[in-house]
Amino acid sequence: MAEVKTTREVVMNRAAIAAVFVALIVMLTPIYWIASTAFKPRSLATTVPPTVFFEPTLTPFAKLFVRRSQMREPVDQETYDAAPWWEQLIYDDGESVVRNRRSGEITPSGYWDRYKNSLIVSIISTFLAVSMGTLTAYGFSRFKVKGENDWLFFILSTRMLPPVVVAIPMFLMYRTVGLHDTHLGLIILYTAFNLSFSVWIMKGFIDEIPREYEEAALVDGYTRLQAFWKIVLPEALTGIAATAVFCFIIAWNEYAFALMMTNRNAQTAPPYIPSQVGSGLPDWSVIAAGAFLFLLPVAIFTFLLRNHLLRGMSFGAIRK
Amino acid sequence: MARIELANVQKFFGSVQVLKDVNLTIEDGEFVVMLGQSGCGKTTTLRAIAGLETVSSGTITIDGREVQDLKAGDRDIAFVFQSFSLYPHMTVEENIAFPLRAVSSSRAERESEVKEVARFLGIERLLSRRPSALSGGDMQRVAIGRALVRRPKALLMDEPIGALDAKLREQMRAEIKRLHIARNSTSVYVTHDQVEAMSLADRIVVMHNGVLQQVGAPDEVYLHPANLFVAQFVGSPVMNVADVAVEGAGTDALLRIGRAEGFRVPGGAVAHLNGAATKLGIRPEAVLLTREPGQGGIETETTNVEPLGSHDIVDVRIGGETLRARCESGFARGEGEKVWVSLDPERAHFFDAATGQSMRRAG
Repeated sequence: MAEVKTTREVVMNRAAIAAVFVALIVMLTPIYWIASTAFKPRSLATTVPPTVFFEPTLTPFAKLFVRRSQMREPVDQETYDAAPWWEQLIYDDGESVVRNRRSGEITPSGYWDRYKNSLIVSIISTFLAVSMGTLTAYGFSRFKVKGENDWLFFILSTRMLPPVVVAIPMFLMYRTVGLHDTHLGLIILYTAFNLSFSVWIMKGFIDEIPREYEEAALVDGYTRLQAFWKIVLPEALTGIAATAVFCFIIAWNEYAFALMMTNRNAQTAPPYIPSQVGSGLPDWSVIAAGAFLFLLPVAIFTFLLRNHLLRGMSFGAIRK
Repeated sequence: MARIELANVQKFFGSVQVLKDVNLTIEDGEFVVMLGQSGCGKTTTLRAIAGLETVSSGTITIDGREVQDLKAGDRDIAFVFQSFSLYPHMTVEENIAFPLRAVSSSRAERESEVKEVARFLGIERLLSRRPSALSGGDMQRVAIGRALVRRPKALLMDEPIGALDAKLREQMRAEIKRLHIARNSTSVYVTHDQVEAMSLADRIVVMHNGVLQQVGAPDEVYLHPANLFVAQFVGSPVMNVADVAVEGAGTDALLRIGRAEGFRVPGGAVAHLNGAATKLGIRPEAVLLTREPGQGGIETETTNVEPLGSHDIVDVRIGGETLRARCESGFARGEGEKVWVSLDPERAHFFDAATGQSMRRAG
């Protein structure tokens, strides 16, 4: 169908498209910067002006996962030839892999452990926050709760303090009960942190599901829990996906608590990556490689749930 | 199928009483329509029977078993909602089979039951579709199919066709009637549409402010309304109601509206009124208009004409009141035409002006 557009509309339209492009460039530049630096040799990582065209290398990723030391003299040819490809990349950069003196095993860097911690803490806390949030939201949505609005405000108010304010009392409490530097401690913290958000978002979604769906199931002989499981949950899937993405991103990127509450055993990637800047001469391409790998889970998770997310974003905008 | 009995049912929402001492018996296989304005308590009554609403006091009996304290699922009834409430994430077949899965019947059993209901309702070709791909009428057929598949003791319907457009409503009305006759299921049907009520019901229950106003067959409710509310709620156009002064009670009496000349009626028609303050109720078809002065006719002018095709509704002024009369189409062209008005005394209703109760002739 042909649409009639005035000149003014055409101009506005073009201007809007241009504005979107500008915004896109502003937002994507840092990501491009990190991604490109992750594949640069060390010598090109900090050149001024920045190097745009270069031969990509996997050296930063090889370095990222192992502990290395600077070599005083070049490695002998025999050892070099016997080494696997990734170790050769490290030798090429004038560094060697630190090995255990007795067993000769490679000493890993802390990155992979921190990355695993991030995955464990984020996935479990997201799961807990979303499932508990969904149940709570269902209760608030379907039953008369005395002082409902006060409760909901109270739940939201837990989100209003900046982490720095609660971090020190939390730290002291955690140390006393032995939750300091444990996975469980961080999981509890992130679950509590995300729960308020999850309750509020899920309440909006569940309010949109007609009560008659459950009532029909109740009349047909199902229990309320069965009705919740078979009717409400499938209908709320879009909301659950959207909430899960947000909770996961928040838990995955959390820095302040992770920095204060952990130091070794349960430390997540966000406080670990910058800590590498301080050790010796910063190897920016290795740090960029760490940051780049760190971006991937959120990107993949969001990509997988993108359809739900889009519907979730526009929910309430269109009446069914 | 079953007999449903409500005895002294009361329901409060907070301090508001929405059901006031409801007593009603629905016989086995009967089709009862609950009619009333929104907020009158008809839906609450239905939901109380279904178990979706608790009652504050009173008993509800289905097939001789008291059910007011049972969960909805244990009452063995089915409910059709106005919004159809088909589950969007299931196909039509899964929707219809859903109630059967609650009672853990076998897969083969379920399939044959679903097929049978679908055939009965003529929706076999829709079984693999999703509800979002259905028309309004088909959605309602599926909703009814889901209600019937379990062979419940009673079928409760809450304005099941209220969301459809006028033409489809008429068609679905006929279908529901056919369905009832074929299955002979005890049915309770809630609506605010009196045409639906008249055409479907074995008995109509008129409700107002949580109180049953009248329970009776459609023609009884129409011809002998128990009070002013029923008189004015049932029938379209609305029954004419005017304060009336009754003069003389002998062989000839005079009904005077305002300061107009009185209508002459046989004294027997008004003998039971005893001179109390009275309202006259008369349906438009009992207001008779003629072009020539006849016996007892009062001369006046038309004030408005609504042509409706099959007939016209003509407004006339009598003593400061407007009476609406149902005439053959083309009787009057417009306002200001001279006509003579008389009333059919046999079809005149009288109501106590204070209580609104009908004042019927004895016998």
